[in-house]
Order: sequence, then structure tokens, then C-alpha cells
Amino acid sequence: MSTTSAFLEATLRTATPLALAALGEVVVERAGIINIGLEGIILSGAFGALVGASHAGPWGGYAIAIGAGVIAALVFAIFAVWLRADQIISGTAVTLLAVGLTGTLYRALYGAAGAALTIPTTGPVALPGLSRLPVVGSAFFDQPLVTYVAYVMTAAVWWWMRGTHSGLALRAVGERPAAAEAAGVRIASMQLGALVFGGMAGGLAGACLVLAQAGTFAENMSAGRGFIAIAIVVLGRWQPLGVALASLVFGAASALQFLLQALGLALPYQLFLALPYVLTLAALAGVAGRVRAPANLARVDDA
Amino acid sequence: MRRQRAVAVSLVIALAAGTILLLAASGFDVSRALGALVRGSVGSRYAFGSGTLIRATPLILTGLSVTVAFQAGVFNIGAEGQFIVGAIAATAIALSFRALPSPVVIPAMMLGAAIAGGAWASIAAVLRIRFHVLEVISTIMLNFVAAFAVSYLVRGPMQEHTHVYPQTETIVVAAQLPRLAASTRLHVGFLVALGACVIVWWYVRFTAGGFRLRTVGANPDAARSAGQIDVTRVTHRAFVVSGALAGLAGAIEVSGVTFALYENISPGYGYTAIAVALLARLDALGVIGTGILFGALEAGATAMQRDAGVPSVMVSVIEACVVLALVALGRARIAGGRSAR
Repeated sequence: MSTTSAFLEATLRTATPLALAALGEVVVERAGIINIGLEGIILSGAFGALVGASHAGPWGGYAIAIGAGVIAALVFAIFAVWLRADQIISGTAVTLLAVGLTGTLYRALYGAAGAALTIPTTGPVALPGLSRLPVVGSAFFDQPLVTYVAYVMTAAVWWWMRGTHSGLALRAVGERPAAAEAAGVRIASMQLGALVFGGMAGGLAGACLVLAQAGTFAENMSAGRGFIAIAIVVLGRWQPLGVALASLVFGAASALQFLLQALGLALPYQLFLALPYVLTLAALAGVAGRVRAPANLARVDDA
Repeated sequence: MRRQRAVAVSLVIALAAGTILLLAASGFDVSRALGALVRGSVGSRYAFGSGTLIRATPLILTGLSVTVAFQAGVFNIGAEGQFIVGAIAATAIALSFRALPSPVVIPAMMLGAAIAGGAWASIAAVLRIRFHVLEVISTIMLNFVAAFAVSYLVRGPMQEHTHVYPQTETIVVAAQLPRLAASTRLHVGFLVALGACVIVWWYVRFTAGGFRLRTVGANPDAARSAGQIDVTRVTHRAFVVSGALAGLAGAIEVSGVTFALYENISPGYGYTAIAVALLARLDALGVIGTGILFGALEAGATAMQRDAGVPSVMVSVIEACVVLALVALGRARIAGGRSAR
């Protein structure tokens, strides 16, 4: 495989779960909620994928993963929407809960040595025609199905938020909840719906890690992707297309290691592992001050 | 609202009970596990002093770190990373100055660690103040960077001389904290942690600086307009003090317990610290009690894993349930004025 295809391949591999999770979080944040529990949702999804796939094959894995993501999101919703509690504390607790539960269940169900556990991954599906395109063809159009789901979801979320009545209502909830309420929008239902969607997307992102990439589960395997996805939402300026693009840019930056390795640079591997996190910080510093978040984001004062 | 709270609390209880039932269903001996939990934490004087209180020491200091930050409306989730850079700095100092006597090198390690922790937190402070980057995200990113830094150092420039184990040399005896008594592993660092709590409590409660801290946390706009307070400066200072306390915890862990630096030197102290601080309702003296409580839980969980094979990561479930229960009861609110961005 040429260096360029390896680079693009790695870009897509990193970008796909991030884009899925971040697209869900865009919808959540446009409804005025910031879900720090996204990290825990992805982890729950990854664990759900393991349980599902080991009992009912890869497709069962995807289904259980999405369900697990929704359950984690609902736990968060009870506190953040229903009780109107501090979203950041609730979200942090949900992540902590997911770390503890998945770790405990993993060892309880699969034993402490579960490392050898492998589950079948869903292989790439080449799209006829498109996958033959030069340079980008195989990287973008010879991918696991879940990557295509991310493409479709980008377009669908974009269209839904921009072109439908309910999409407009969602944005109104995030910007001017009082006005939305006066117009007959049920704020709590809207936020709950957004969180359920975010849970599905985050669960799918976790499934993608297990079923399309690693082929196994490891404790804490989400490795901060939920937090990076939240940063990507900021970088993508709370727009679905921007988020998809930001995910790709982020994936490309992480994939730099392939190019650097090809150049024969002997740098410590921890540098590459730390790179995504440093890049996130740098990118946020460049962007965060100049974009505007939904006006009502993370506010819990009484509406 | 009362009904909602009741439902949420029941949910939390169900979660905790469900986890225990599930463990029982998967063949663990629950009564034996609970016995180990008690024995390993408060079952004997040795377990309490050399298990619980040793575990409590870093939790008290990181819990204090979180308390200071939250009171100022700073959402520092980065005590974990600040702890790690503190441990790195303390180890580096101890390994560089092997000939110095204890009264010089130990304070130098603590000071160096506090500065390192404060500087690490300062990155997030600058990112928030100058670039409007949400500190929740930036401090978590910095935690990951710190963890990879330690991983690199103990396999690279700071690795022990045989280059076999991913850890540093053991620090010299002069750099190790004295024990409180011959019969216990408990070290002087515990007293340092208690002292830090008293100082922070006094500062927050009785000084003008403490008043400014609380005012900025409660309502930054009012602090700025009505109180003529330099909000930026107070915020930055809260970040730095918070980071310094977490860094100090790292120094004490190296100097009092591990005597060397290695990967995973913190089993998530910085995250448990959030539960410690919230359960203490952001009271600096209360942190002593909640720190010891969680120290007992963690020491007990270690015994539980050893004697009954129950995964010790289950403590995270309990911690999360505590935080969620506090949220459900409306008792977990960080200082009111955190501006939404």
C-alpha cells in the first residue's frame, strides 16, 4: 500500500468514530445541552458491541451498542433535562459510571484475562465505481459500512436541522428557549429527543471502534474520544458539515505519524499518542474565541 | 421536583444494587467480598493507618485542589494530570540532588511539584482566559498528555539504569518522607495534607483573597461590576493554586509511598477527587472526612480484588453513584456563576 493511501486510510479510521459521536453531540448542543457523558456513552457502546457481537454476531453487536448508548444517554437525561441539574457534573458522573460499569462487567463476564477475546469485524465494502477513483477511491469508498453511515448522517443532520420544522424548533430551544416555548415547542421533549439521538450516535461510534476496527474490547478503550468529539463540535462551529470536515482534519493530523514514519524519523511513539490531544488544544485555542456557541448552551437557570 | 428527586435517587440506588446483584449472579462471593472490603479498610489499626489513610492522603489533597477550583467557578477536571506532572517534578528533583539532606530535598520536591502542577493548570487557565476554551475539555486533554509524558520518561530519559522496568530508580532515603511511627507505613505527608486543608479553609473563609475567590465563583459579573474585582486574575490564581495542590499530592505520593516514578502512578485520584470535593460540599475541612471515606473505599476495594476477585474498578461505580445521588438531592452545585459558553 502506498504511503498516501495508508495516510488517507488512517485518516478515515480515526475520523469515523469521532464524526459519528460529534454529529450526535451537535444535535445535543444545538438543543442547549452539553453532554460531557459522551465519553461514557461511547464506552458503553463499545462494551455493548462486545456483548452483542459475542452472542448475536456483528449486527447484533451494532444493535446492542446503539441501545447501550441510548441507555447511558437516558441516565444523563434524567439528571440534566428532568432535574435540570448541572450538566457538567452530571456528565462527568455518567462517564465515571460507564468506566466503572463496563470495567466491572467486562471482568465479571469475560474474566480478568479477557485479552484474548476476539470478535469478528465487519469488513470493508467497496462501492462500485466510486472505489476505483484514483487516490481517494479506496480510502473513502472501500470502507466498513459504518463509515458510509457517517457520510449519510452528515447529510441527514444537515438537512434536518436546516430544512425541517422540527430542526428549526431544535435550534430555537438552544438559542431562545423562552421564544421556543411560546411558540409551542416542548423544550424538555426536544432535549430528550436530542439526547437519545446523541446516545445512538455515540453508541454507534463505540461499536465502530470494536466491530469495524479493533475486533476486541479493552477497558477504557474510548480513550478520550468523547471529549475530542466535543472539541470537534466547537471546531466545526456547531454545523454538521463543519463537524464532518473537522473530524477529517483531525484524523489527518493524527495520521501524520504514517508520513513521519515513512520519512524515517525516529521519534518516541508516545509523542504520536499525545499528538491528537495537543492538536485538539491548539485547534481550540485558534477557533474557540471566534465562534459563537448556542446561546442557551449548558444554562440551567430557570427558564 | 420532589418526586423527580425521589425517582432519581431510587435510580442511583438501583444502579448500585444492580451492580452488586450482577456480581453475585456471575459467581462472586458477595459476603466474602464485603468482608474483605471492611477488613481491608477499617478492620484493623494497620489496615486503617497503612491502607485507608495512605490512600486518603492524595485524595484529600486532590479533593482540596478540586474544591478551590470549583469554588471559583473553575471546572478543573485536570487534577489527574497536575498530580502526574507534580510526581514527575518531585522525582526529577530527588534523582538529581542525591546528596542533599532531607530537610532540604523534601521541601524542594514539594515546592517543585507544586510549581509544576500550577504551571500545568496555568495552560488551561490561559486557554480559558485568552482563548475562551472550555476548561473541562482542555484539562482532560492535558491529563492525557501528562500520562503519555510519564510513559515516555520512564521508558526513556528517566528509566532505571538496567533499562528493564518502565520506572525510574528508587529515590534515596533522604528524599523519602519519614513515617509517623515505626509500626505503620503512614508518612508525614498525611499531616501535610491536613495542614493544607486547614490553611485553605482559613484562607477561603477569613481573608480578602478568599472572599474574592468565592465572589467570583458565585457571580463573576457582580464581582466585576459591584465588587471591583479583577475576575481574570482571581480565576487564573484559582487555576494555579488548584494545580499546585494536585502537584503537591504527586510529590507526596512519590516521596511517601512509591519512592519511584512509573506509569499509572495515579489510579485515577484526580477523578475520584471530584467526588471527594462534591461530597464535602466544597468545604476544605470537609474534604478531610470525605477523603478518608473514599480512601477507605479504595483500600477496601484493593483487598476485595485480592481476596474475593471482585474487580476494584467497581469503586468507580460507587463514586459515580455518590455524585449522582448528590446531584439528585440538589446538593452538588459548583459555584453558581460558571458562565455558559
